[in-house]
Amino acid sequence: MVAPQLPDGLVAVVKRECATCMLVVPVLGEIAARGRPLTVYTQDDPDFPETPAPIDDRELEVSWHHRIETVPTLLRIENGVEVARTEGWSRHDWETLAGVRPLGAALPAHRPGCGSLSVDPSHSDELRVRFEGGRLKARRIELGDIEDDIETAFARGWTDGLPVVPPTPARVLNMLDGTRRAPDEVVAVVPPDLVPVTVEKVAINAVMAGCLPEYLPVVLAAVKAACTDAFNMHGLLCTTYFSGPVVVVNGPIARDLRMNSGVNCLGQGNRANATIGRALQLVVRNVGGGVPGGIDRATFGGPGKLTFCFAEDETGSPWEPLSVERGFAPGASTVSLFPGHGPSAIVDQISRTPESLARSFAAKLRAVSHPKLVMGMGAMLVVSPEHARVFGAAGWTKARLRAELDQLLLIDGSELARGAGGIEEGVPAAIAQGRKLPKFRDGDLAIVHAGGSAGMFSAIIEGWVSGERGSQLTTTEVLP
Amino acid sequence: MTTLLDPTGERRAVERAAASRLPALTGRTVAVLDISKPRGDVFLDRMAELLTARGATVRRYAKPTFTKPAPADLRRRIAEECDGVIEGLAD
Repeated sequence: MVAPQLPDGLVAVVKRECATCMLVVPVLGEIAARGRPLTVYTQDDPDFPETPAPIDDRELEVSWHHRIETVPTLLRIENGVEVARTEGWSRHDWETLAGVRPLGAALPAHRPGCGSLSVDPSHSDELRVRFEGGRLKARRIELGDIEDDIETAFARGWTDGLPVVPPTPARVLNMLDGTRRAPDEVVAVVPPDLVPVTVEKVAINAVMAGCLPEYLPVVLAAVKAACTDAFNMHGLLCTTYFSGPVVVVNGPIARDLRMNSGVNCLGQGNRANATIGRALQLVVRNVGGGVPGGIDRATFGGPGKLTFCFAEDETGSPWEPLSVERGFAPGASTVSLFPGHGPSAIVDQISRTPESLARSFAAKLRAVSHPKLVMGMGAMLVVSPEHARVFGAAGWTKARLRAELDQLLLIDGSELARGAGGIEEGVPAAIAQGRKLPKFRDGDLAIVHAGGSAGMFSAIIEGWVSGERGSQLTTTEVLP
Repeated sequence: MTTLLDPTGERRAVERAAASRLPALTGRTVAVLDISKPRGDVFLDRMAELLTARGATVRRYAKPTFTKPAPADLRRRIAEECDGVIEGLAD
């Protein structure tokens, strides 16, 4: 909606229910008597003040559009543009702004104003929808008086099985405050239906997931990363396998949003962790049309398909963060998506040397998907602080750990061949015979640092089909 | 009264009629599309044999990976070069 233009000269905005406004009524008379062009807008009573006769702004359109936060507010308008403003009563400021001296000689020198009705919390949301709702392009669905909004979301198939926050226009407008991007900007094309998704549609789903506005840039980055060819959300969704998108957040934004990278970081209880991952999944469901039992044909799925999102613990880590390893500058805020499920546990409470601990890691990593299958699926290793300390104290870099794991996970083909060990599953004999095969191909093992400070455990987030044939770890910078 | 904003893609599915069925296989070219799933070739080799025995010309195609939709170029090639297509979907 276009802001109503203010007339040139002086403009005062007042309401009767404000003692300071009552106080300045004589001053308004003095200004008018001196022949200064003065227009008065009233927020609550069209007969206040009696003189100078006011313009009715009970709809608060003028107050809203000209961002009046306090009454009285005195403005000076030249050629339709505001050039000066003062709030409350200050003789000096009013005299300066009005160019009239003296003013209000009988009044005290200062009096604070009162809150403008246009910013009164009891109806500022409603006003915002009335005056800014035109920015929203999504279809509006009007509910009947006896329809429950949360049940409507279930009935229309918009939820992941848990209740969602009803996406009202007021909530979505507030959510959009979380980004500088325009509501109609297209963020990505969402599979499986290949639907272009706008910032507004992401915001609607972020509201439903329970996000705060400041989370929106992270959700937008996650949606963008998910919809790349490299990440291949389409395939990840359609597979019969367990996995879904796992969101890892790096950089200062993780701290700003108070994301959890510590105690129980892969579990419940942190709003940002829980709702960012959920928002991504709701976008895929609602915008992309990726519905379980529809194109999502997972045999089991996993609880991580509701939400799976955490931050890397960078400050406690002996290693460079995942984002830096992925080529982003230290201090950049990024979102990395990994196609995974889990976690599964590595317990080692005895090892105090990196050599021994690496062997424990390798023994468990070998079992990813199947101990006899190699080079097909990736993994993300989440190293806990107590385990990372062992590597850090011994001077092992992340690259060194990965190189050692690569060596330890070079497996003799005779153990992997179909039929070996009495297990029919395995690598075709022609490939396995007479050579050693790596469990993971280059780039298929990601390593991050997170977790509570107590516990000699690490975690494996098992991956899905890796590399160009499947889904690759994908990192995107978080933009404001 | 509560107003909610639609979180969906607001798409309407385009309805398309299925192509007419081939009345016979003789003299027709049939695509056999391997989506690159393990052992898909076992099923498709046999299909190719049976189609050939019924007088069809068989052309073999493969998707680069089963995890992604068939590239548009591949779909166009099959549509231009063949009268029908058989695709093996599972392991």
